[in-house]
Amino acid sequence: MSPQGGLLRLSGLLLGGVAFVVLALAWQGAYWANVFPPKLFPSLATVADTLVRLTANGTMLVSAGATLFRLLFGFLLAGVVGVVVGLLMGRVQGIEDALLPIVSFMYPIPGIAYAPLFVLWFGLGDAPAILLVAVATSFTVIINTWKGVKSVKPIWIRSALAMGARERSIFVKVILPGALPYVLTGLRLGLASAWRILVAVEMLMSVTRGLGWLIFGSQQFLNTDVMLATIAVIGIVGMLLERQVFLRLEQATIVRWGMMSA
Amino acid sequence: MNVAQQRIAAIEVAELATPRRRPPRLVALVRGAIAIAVLLAAWEYFARSGIFSRAITPPLETIFSALVAMIADGSIFKHTLATMLRVAIGLLIALAVAIPLGMLMGRHPVWERILRPPLAVLMPIPSLAWVPLVVLWFGIGNVATVLIVVYASTFSLLYNVWMGVKTVNPIWVRAAQAMNAQGSRLFRHVIWPAALPSIITGIRLAFGRAWIAVIGGELLASPQWGLGKLIFDAKEYLNADTMLAALFVIGIIGLFFERVVFQLLERATVNRWGMASGARR
Repeated sequence: MSPQGGLLRLSGLLLGGVAFVVLALAWQGAYWANVFPPKLFPSLATVADTLVRLTANGTMLVSAGATLFRLLFGFLLAGVVGVVVGLLMGRVQGIEDALLPIVSFMYPIPGIAYAPLFVLWFGLGDAPAILLVAVATSFTVIINTWKGVKSVKPIWIRSALAMGARERSIFVKVILPGALPYVLTGLRLGLASAWRILVAVEMLMSVTRGLGWLIFGSQQFLNTDVMLATIAVIGIVGMLLERQVFLRLEQATIVRWGMMSA
Repeated sequence: MNVAQQRIAAIEVAELATPRRRPPRLVALVRGAIAIAVLLAAWEYFARSGIFSRAITPPLETIFSALVAMIADGSIFKHTLATMLRVAIGLLIALAVAIPLGMLMGRHPVWERILRPPLAVLMPIPSLAWVPLVVLWFGIGNVATVLIVVYASTFSLLYNVWMGVKTVNPIWVRAAQAMNAQGSRLFRHVIWPAALPSIITGIRLAFGRAWIAVIGGELLASPQWGLGKLIFDAKEYLNADTMLAALFVIGIIGLFFERVVFQLLERATVNRWGMASGARR
């Protein structure tokens, strides 16, 4: 790297830090000025202390593990159901006609709105939380998969037909890879929305442990430092899920096949 | 074969070659109606079978009369109005914050460097994670719920404004500058219309986020009115009929915004100005 490039990078890093310094100063300013009672508005040092303490004694790890466990199962359920239904809708006209009105109606209803209903139906605990996350996520996956199948160029299908491909190999070799960019987008959006909803679901369903529950439980005891530390962890995990899981998956498939530039 | 015949033959071949011809509209409507009817009938059968108590899986008639009762005494309108007002105020605040900041980020690399890291850190935090904290700070009520809506919608809006302004074709900007357009003229006649498809996409996404946040916020922060609050209260009294009626209203409103409001907005701006790439669905 040329020295000039290094300098540019350094100044970029410094500029990138400016906003955080300003935010931190504003936070500490509000703390020292007693805008809120100190019990409700901890200093950044307290939050950092709490974060270290909760990480060291394992609370954070156990909570994050419980939340990720629910996320994994809810998302897997939604992914399988969503991709299958979306593919069927894309390929079979009758199924598309039948399901599209229902899916379009359900899609804009926030999944979290079902939470109290699911509590009535299935009680509290893990199973209804996982189910709710799955229901809330599946519509995003369905819609995107369906759009993906629809976006496969007819000329690809026709050239495969002309080369004597059967329905089965057309599906596996043309439709699936052709629809994959949309399917992956749907899965990525689905995972992001599952993560967002799960945190709130845990608050409403009083599960035994979990990051959302940690925030909600701390509210009763005015432990704002615990709440803020948990919010930080939620942000970090969310970012990792977004960046790591799907970027890798996209690199390994559609970018490699030349369907999308990195 | 003369030219006209050849052309007709070519058209016929093209039609035959189309793998799946679209069936007439009516068939799609009938199939959709049948699917909905089957779903409703299945629900009705399930509700009357007594597997779950009637109180928690009410038959359609009970849900319908709950909806009619809420329309008759006007309470559903108050709840809907409260929810919509929170979304509207929250989105307006988000627009007021995101559009200037996004423009700055898109036009000036320095601001992009400064604002990108906090955007990357704050955006992945779910807005609903803040609810318990915001409730402690501002109490239950309008301030807390509107703030949650603002948090939910600002970042995706900011992201889209930034990207929209950043990806304005530089040729257009340079052409306008060559014709001596600067400052507000350049902004009004080139950058704004060119960035608009992306901004409208941003508003659409922001509305989707805000809609989830407002319902979740109302469930968790329980202000006096609101569709989320309606569902939350109904749970306390085991009124599944009211909950399902409220869900129905939420679905109708969501569909209305998705299908009517935003399509009209796009037609009135993006399509009319010929910036069609953003409007194609």
